[in-house]
Parts: sequence; structure tokens; C-alpha cells
Amino acid sequence: MISKNQIAFKNLFRKKARTLLTLVGIMLSSWVLVSLLGFNRGYENALNHDIENMGYQLMVMAKGCPYEAATMMLQGGTGLRYIEQSMADSIMKEPEVAKVTPILMQAFFDPNKGTSGGIAGYFGVDPATFPAMKPFFRFRQGGWFRDPSAAEAVMGYEAAELEQREVGDMILVPEKNVQLKVVGIMERTGSQDDGTIFVPLKTLQKISGIDKITTIGIKVNKDADTAELENKLYKLQDVQVVSFSQVKQTIMKLISTARVMVLSIAVIAIIIAMVGVINTILMSVLERMQEIGILKTMGAMPWDIFRLVWTETLILCACGGIAGIGLAVTFARATDVLVRRILPYAPSGGLVAIDARLALLTLAIIVTVGLLSGLYPAWKAGRVRPLESIRREG
Amino acid sequence: MAEIVLEARGLTRVYHRGSEEIRALAGVSLSINRGEFVSFMGPSGSGKTTLVNLLGCLDNPTDGDLVLAGRSIFDGCKMLGERELTRVRREVFGYIFQNFYLIPTLTVRENVALPLAFYRKPGADAEVERILNMLGMGHRMEHLPGQISGGEMQRVAIARALVNRPEILLADEPTGNLDSKRSKEIGEILQDLNRSAGLTIVMVSHNPELARLGGRIVEMRDGQAYEV
Repeated sequence: MISKNQIAFKNLFRKKARTLLTLVGIMLSSWVLVSLLGFNRGYENALNHDIENMGYQLMVMAKGCPYEAATMMLQGGTGLRYIEQSMADSIMKEPEVAKVTPILMQAFFDPNKGTSGGIAGYFGVDPATFPAMKPFFRFRQGGWFRDPSAAEAVMGYEAAELEQREVGDMILVPEKNVQLKVVGIMERTGSQDDGTIFVPLKTLQKISGIDKITTIGIKVNKDADTAELENKLYKLQDVQVVSFSQVKQTIMKLISTARVMVLSIAVIAIIIAMVGVINTILMSVLERMQEIGILKTMGAMPWDIFRLVWTETLILCACGGIAGIGLAVTFARATDVLVRRILPYAPSGGLVAIDARLALLTLAIIVTVGLLSGLYPAWKAGRVRPLESIRREG
Repeated sequence: MAEIVLEARGLTRVYHRGSEEIRALAGVSLSINRGEFVSFMGPSGSGKTTLVNLLGCLDNPTDGDLVLAGRSIFDGCKMLGERELTRVRREVFGYIFQNFYLIPTLTVRENVALPLAFYRKPGADAEVERILNMLGMGHRMEHLPGQISGGEMQRVAIARALVNRPEILLADEPTGNLDSKRSKEIGEILQDLNRSAGLTIVMVSHNPELARLGGRIVEMRDGQAYEV
């Protein structure tokens, strides 16, 4: 025997092209919606991950633009200013401070990088304090420097892949023509560290001829008042303090415009899909008026007809929604690349995080919106009187 | 004594088209016995389809009474709502029309089983194949309506009307879309259903040959019924 659901399902095959176009509309809205929700979650996760992987919550550096400071820390940069290394020791005396590590960032022009040369970034780090800040670092090969002033380098995963270096190989510091021996290659961290080359602080100071540092990374005690510490640090001469919670807030504000734009696109896509569903189902009802009347002569109650039409809407929305989510998951990587191009700053790691819960939420939204769209056509179909519909045959 | 299954008393149906009043039925009274095959004939606009629609509970009269198997359906001022009319229709009637109204995406078997998705009398499931075989459509059960002829489509429509074992079969111009050979076949099927199964049939037809298959002919003229 045949059930009402089977009847509804088979009805959708009458006008295949129209059904397909409606499905495509729903699918696209579902794709945009799940990607947007995935982006909202993924971006913040990726940013949190990047910030956690810094290993410290506060950064002190020479005065300048705070956005530049954030960019320097997260992506590397040029035009650096310097502070005295002794400042790290005085900061360490503050009761809120658990650990400090001095860092010297240097960028050299490498003519062999890319097609027209590029900047090679080096981090001079203190072997006594820096590894303790990043206990989550794992080495694929080798380990940290054996001597605080050795001519050695530890390469991030991607830096080693790009330069095709193994432990024991030599790398040449561009501009300075100094060779360093690779003693360690890290496993992938999913952060900016993957593209970094770490060198002992003293070695980098010697290579660059600078006895100062660019940055002090500060790890705050667990229950310490970070705001109080920030106030104390602001009193230091010619330095600025960057708190990563502030950096995060600033970046989230910067991308909020992009988020609003994408959200607007998603809302418009849903409205278009909704109109498409109403049009498809209503047309289908109007074309089948006589047939609906005949179903009523067979004993179908208004609710039966309402349910039949509503089931058609449900099938359309569920299939379109699932297909859209499938596409979003399949092309999450491509969406990631696209989003990176339009955003002012994108953290490392996946920007579009779609999980089962998010997929179900999107499906629920699409189906709910679809069912609301199907209300009017279903109600209209339920009200068809058999005699009126039979008379339409002329 | 024959049992009266349908009794109309003074059935009147007035339509309004703008300010114009059209009296399609002007107080028709007649009764139909169980197992009768009654054919309604008459020119276009004579009121035959209006009368059959009222007898088949597809419409409410403007005035008059209708008693169905001893149960009062309309009594002058009392009209039934769509739900109540649907209940009466599915329990008592089977309908066939000039247009077959088969669902093109459903097979012959599924089309015949369609009424059971909304209402089924006990044991009705087994009727689908039995009726299709009885009407000579057993070999076409898995075909789609687009793959069978007009005559076969009307047989499927008849099977669909019979699947819930109705007390009365209402046929409005059942051969209107068929050639004379297929019309004769459908007429014979209806006659056989009436004679062998004792089914009460109320039919509207322009075709005198088809109308004569019934034991009783009622001629409609100007909204009035005349026994022939």
C-alpha cells in the first residue's frame, strides 16, 4: 500500500526541473548559513588557539601602534624598535609575574624566497626561559639549542618544509651570510610558530649587531590581577603593553563588519530560498486543484491535504539542507581560503569549524523556515472544496 | 420490498452569478433503491450534474432534504460542513469522473490504493489486486498512467472508486473522454458491477446507449426530474 509520505515524495517528481531549482536554492542557503555559523565558531577558536600558543598573556614592546605590535607578534613585521634586555629582569620582580622571556625579532631580505624575494623572519629566544613558556612544543627531529650562544637554529614545521631542511643541515641567514646548523625541527602546531626560525637570543644579537630586544613575553601567575600588572607596566618608560585578550577583542571587532556582511548574505539567501519554496509549493498546489478535490472525494480530510503538502515542503527543505551542509563540509577548505582573502587578519588553523551539532542546528533552521514557507500553500490546499475543483475542468 | 438507499425531497439548488439568480434544481424529489442502476440524462444546463452532486454529498442544497440509508444528511436548513460531508462521502460513495484524475507519478496499483492512505474499511487492503484483476488490469499494476490507454485509465479510476467497498457508485460522464468501443467496455463493466455485485450506481451520461444499460432512466429538464 502507499503512505501519505510516499505520495508527497512522488509528487515532487512531477516537475523535476522546478523541484531541482528549488532544491538548489535551499542548498545554497544552507551552505551559506552553515559556513557562516562555522566561521563564527571557527574563527574565534583559531584565534584562541593562536593566542594560547603564544605561551604568555602579556607582551611588552617599544612604543608604537598597538595594531602593529599585534601584527608583529602574530605575523612578524619590519621597522622594529628596541628595548633594553635588563627590563625583563625588573619586570620579573613584580609579584604578579610567573615567567618572562626576552625576544628579539629580526627580518632579513632573502632574494631567493618566492619569485621576487621575500622577508625571512628570525626569532632570537632565550634557551633558559623560552622553552618553558611553550611546554606544548614537540620536536619532529632533534631538540632545543645546546648552548645559549651556539650558531644553531630550530625550525618550525612549515619553515623546514619550505626550506627542505633536516636536522644537521645548514641554513644561511640572508643579508648577513652567516650559517646556522639546524638542531631541531618542530611538529606542526597550527600556529604562526610553524613558519618561524628560532635562534638563540645571543646568536641573533651577534648576527644583527643589536644588543637589545624587541619584546618581552610575560606569563602571569594563575590568580594574579592582570589588569593591575598592566597598569604597573604602562608606567615603564617608552614601552607599550599588549594584552592578548585585548588583541583578541580588537581583532574580533575588526572582523565584525565582515561577519555582519556574511550574515546579511545568509539572511538574503534564506529569504530567496523561502520565496522559492512558497512559489514551488503554491504552483504545485494550484496545478493540482482538481486532483486535490478528487482526493477529498476519496475521504481525505483538510488536515490530510495540509499534511501532504507540508510533507512535500519538509522533503524539499530537508534534502536541500542536507545537501548544502554536505557541500559546506566538503568545500570547508575552499571557503577557508576565500574567507582568508577578504579578512583583515586571519589566524592559523581552520577558520570554518563545522561539527555535527552545528550541522543539526542549520538543518533545524532550514527546515523550520521551510515549513513556515509551506504554511500558506498547505493551508490553501487544505481548504479546496471537491466540487469547486471538479467544476474547474470546465 | 426494496430498501431505499437515497431519498431526495424537494431538492433545490440556486446559484448566484452577480445579480442573476440561476435555479439549477427546482425542487426535485426522487428515491433510489439499493442495487438500482439509475441513469440521468438531459441537455446541458438541465441540472443533472447538480442533482448528482447533491445526491453524492459533493455539495449542499439551497433547500430540500436528503436521506441516505435512513440517515438525514440535509434537512432544509441544516447544512453539513466540509468535514462531515467528507465523512459521509468516504463511508458511502465511490466516484468516477469524465477525467480520470490519476496521479501520473504513481503506478496503477498505487493509484488504486490511494484512497486507503486517507481512510480504509477493514479488509480493504486486499481489494486492490482483486479489483484490478476483476477489471482486467492485473497485468498493468506496475505501469504508470502515462503507459496505459484511456479506457484502461478509466478502469483504474473505477477500481480506485471501488477499493473501499462503497454502497453507491457515482459516475459523472464516465465515458465522456472515450471512443465508442471503450465506452461500451466501461458500460459493460458498470452493468456487471450492478448485476453481479449488487452495487447501486448513479450515472450521468449524454450517451443514450450507455444510459439504457441502467434499469432506470431519469430525464432532467429545466431543473426538474422526469422518469422515462
